[in-house]
Amino acid sequence: MNSAAFIVTAIFTVAAALAAATLRKLMHAALSFAVALVGVAALFLLLGAEFVGLALVFIYIGAVAVLIVFTILLTRRDVGKDHGFNWGGVVVAVAVFGSLTWSILRTQSLAVIAPHMPGLTVKQIGAALMTTYVWPLQCVGLLLTAALIGALILVMEEKR
Amino acid sequence: MTPTLQVFLIVSAALFSIGLLAALSRRHAIFILIGIEMMLAAGNLNFIAFWRFGPRHEPPVGVMIALFSIAIAAAEAAVGLAMVIAVYRHYHTTNVDQLDQLKG
Repeated sequence: MNSAAFIVTAIFTVAAALAAATLRKLMHAALSFAVALVGVAALFLLLGAEFVGLALVFIYIGAVAVLIVFTILLTRRDVGKDHGFNWGGVVVAVAVFGSLTWSILRTQSLAVIAPHMPGLTVKQIGAALMTTYVWPLQCVGLLLTAALIGALILVMEEKR
Repeated sequence: MTPTLQVFLIVSAALFSIGLLAALSRRHAIFILIGIEMMLAAGNLNFIAFWRFGPRHEPPVGVMIALFSIAIAAAEAAVGLAMVIAVYRHYHTTNVDQLDQLKG
């Protein structure tokens, strides 16, 4: 695993995520969110999970980010107003990050380097999905269908 | 020096905290959804990192859990954004502080 590539990707991801959380304009924040997800997908590629990285790009950037942008455009009259910022959240987030980092750094068994591993092929993933994970796969399909119908019903015009 | 498991977990913790920051401190409903999605992505990063650094498994459990959690996150985002639009139609605002009609 390349160390320089990892450092660049990690800084890029965290910077884009910070921009997404703190930028004042909603549209800029949504686009930074998409950039942060590109960074996460790049980290997945570095870890050798190419299929999941590409799925993340397709689903999050192709679908979720576009959905967020559409929602911003549909609720546009409200965007101009300043919504304020709660500084209590900053304290909680810093405390959570500090305690997580402290406990990660204190755990010696986590200071390992990656073992050598043959690449994961799409064929293996497909075989696992169709044998061991066939019931979870069906449940996720059912969940996605229910979510699709639910989202449609939620946004249907109300009858007066 | 090659990156150890710790640095991946720290990057993931940073992403999670930033998502928590967005979900807790912004008043706009879409920001809260963005924060939740970011926390889910951080969780996925943890699954993939533990899969890569752990002992070899057949089938690849970490990858499978990450795939399923991406699918569930997509469903959650679709329903959440539909709710934002429905709320906006009703109240003409997306500021979560003003949605206090159920307050006792």
